[in-house]
Amino acid sequence: MSEIRTFQPQFQQQKPSEGQAYAPQPGGAPGPGGQMGDQSDSAIRAFLRARGNSALADGGFRALMVLCGFSIFGIVALIAIVLIYRSGLVWHNFGLRFFYTYDKDPATGQPLYWDPVNGHFSAVPFLYGTLVSSFLALLLAVPLAIGVAIFLTEMCPKMLRAPLAFLTELLAAIPSVIYGLWAVFILVPLLREHVNPLLSKGLGWTGLFTDDNPTGLGFVSAGIILAIMILPIISSLTREVMIAVPHSQREAVLALGATRWEMIRMGVLRNARIGIVGGVMLGLGRALGETMAVAMVIGNTAEIHRNLLANGASMASVIANEYAEATSDLHRSALTELGLALFIVTILVNALARLLVWAVTRGAPAQAH
Amino acid sequence: MGVGIEVTNLNAWYGTNHTLQDINLHIPANHATALIGPSGCGKSTFVRCLNRMHETNPIARVTGGVKVGDVDIYADAKPVEIRRRIGMVFQRPNPFPTMSIYDNVASGLKLNGYRNRRVLDEIVEKSLRNSALWDEVKDDLRKKSGASLSGGQQQRLCIARALAVDPEVLLMDEPASALDPVSTSKIEDLIFELKSQYTIVIVTHNMQQAARVAEKTGFFLNGRLVEFDSTHKIFTNPSDKRTEDYITGRFG
Ligand SMILES: Nc1ncnc2c1ncn2[C@@H]1O[C@H](COP(=O)(O)OP(=O)(O)OP(=O)(O)O)[C@@H](O)[C@H]1O
Ligand SMILES: [Mg+2]
Repeated sequence: MSEIRTFQPQFQQQKPSEGQAYAPQPGGAPGPGGQMGDQSDSAIRAFLRARGNSALADGGFRALMVLCGFSIFGIVALIAIVLIYRSGLVWHNFGLRFFYTYDKDPATGQPLYWDPVNGHFSAVPFLYGTLVSSFLALLLAVPLAIGVAIFLTEMCPKMLRAPLAFLTELLAAIPSVIYGLWAVFILVPLLREHVNPLLSKGLGWTGLFTDDNPTGLGFVSAGIILAIMILPIISSLTREVMIAVPHSQREAVLALGATRWEMIRMGVLRNARIGIVGGVMLGLGRALGETMAVAMVIGNTAEIHRNLLANGASMASVIANEYAEATSDLHRSALTELGLALFIVTILVNALARLLVWAVTRGAPAQAH
Repeated sequence: MGVGIEVTNLNAWYGTNHTLQDINLHIPANHATALIGPSGCGKSTFVRCLNRMHETNPIARVTGGVKVGDVDIYADAKPVEIRRRIGMVFQRPNPFPTMSIYDNVASGLKLNGYRNRRVLDEIVEKSLRNSALWDEVKDDLRKKSGASLSGGQQQRLCIARALAVDPEVLLMDEPASALDPVSTSKIEDLIFELKSQYTIVIVTHNMQQAARVAEKTGFFLNGRLVEFDSTHKIFTNPSDKRTEDYITGRFG
């Protein structure tokens, strides 16, 4: 106790010296090497004391980081403002109707969804194309992604696990134009020659698959390529939430006499389901906004077909295809309005998805041990 | 009716850690057998070998024989069928957090495809009564989830879950370590009642508990079974010096 007391006055005596913190060092920077070696710790104390409280550096650093942090808000806000401002014309002319109605040819009754030259604008065919291609993508990707995740977390031999996980994640790093090229050269011909005839023969009765499109492009092509592109994100997030399920849950199910599949279903997937839904929504967010690959294979005709083998267009693909050549203000404004809608929807979907994933991975291991 | 368990030359490893060494013992049918010993001596590992849970750990390994009734579980049976016959309560409660209390208790039966609602209702109530949890949860069986219970309630829920499948052998790894004295004595009453029909193996750090509920007691030390005898003998006149030191509190 007495030792501590003798320390305190010393400490207080040192305090006033902090005021001279920024006094320049006599003889430049102290050479830490020799000086510290031969002199005892008093040199080190002097050196450290001379560094002061570093308030300026600390404050500067903090300000910089706060700036970086807030720049994110700034960027998002700027994008939103520009989109809103640039789409004002269409909003003014059509309002919300832009998103749910379209013009009809008064003579024939044919729909005129999108005809920039004659001033017909409607988001409906693009909403349809985006939703249909994304939905197809989810339909194909979700089971596969969950299967991949189950294999990687529960069954894969340890040696294979890391390489396989790495490869799946590598899929996410491939630029989407490469997917587009691959689709154009390999997938589309394959579909056109072999798959589409089969689809229309087997499932033609549904009205969803009529093989009358000689190009091989269309919703199905777009859906497949999107499925491949969103597979990595869904499977890696599913894997993450599955790993977060505590081991004791698996044991609890096994001890009841469960088979491996029952263990995975009851002990793992059931506990991870909210997170998996989050992963799926994150995949959906990517699929909705994916531009290049879709633009290359969807066919780019602003039409609505029940036939999934027909050509279509998505919100993102029409912007990519037409913005450079759009000459009229109204046309540009309509494209921007599509962009704004896409922006809002993808942000909402992504936010919700992140929230779900976070909710699962946050406290899971602590919660149910 | 319960069945006896015959353990011969059982060895178990975690990686290179030789956790159990040459265990031989006979656990009698329709009795309670207590396992005691200092922390880390291998009690949990031992009970996990009795229903082949040990091997679910990828680094774990077992050799030797365990006969449950007349089935050598490591030679003649698949783990799945063994675990259906042998119930287990883990050291740390592990209810299913996304299931209701009812579904937690019924999970073992539902897993195996049992669907008769009326019978399920009866079994759930009986199991919860037996595990001394019924009065606390009877009003929100389907409303509350397994995770919403307190730690001690969760453990009793896990006991009910294990009882619901009517196992021939019940392995309990420190079932009462998270319970208050009242629940503990209820669980002890339960063991007392059940042991006429089930074979019960209970790991405990509580010597009085072992003395109260078990006919037989085994003392583990550093992965070996030092002594296995009638509970009365172990606690009054142990033949091994180390057992005596342990039960008199001189070490461990
Ligand atoms: N999952 C595991 N991985 C590796 N080693 C383990 C594992 N579980 C237990 N061990 C080791 O095996 C030995 C026996 O552990 P065990 O859990 O059987 O002890 P215990 O007698 O149940 O102890 P306690 O009374 O603390 O529960 C210990 O040395 C422990 O370090
Ligand atoms: Mg233990």
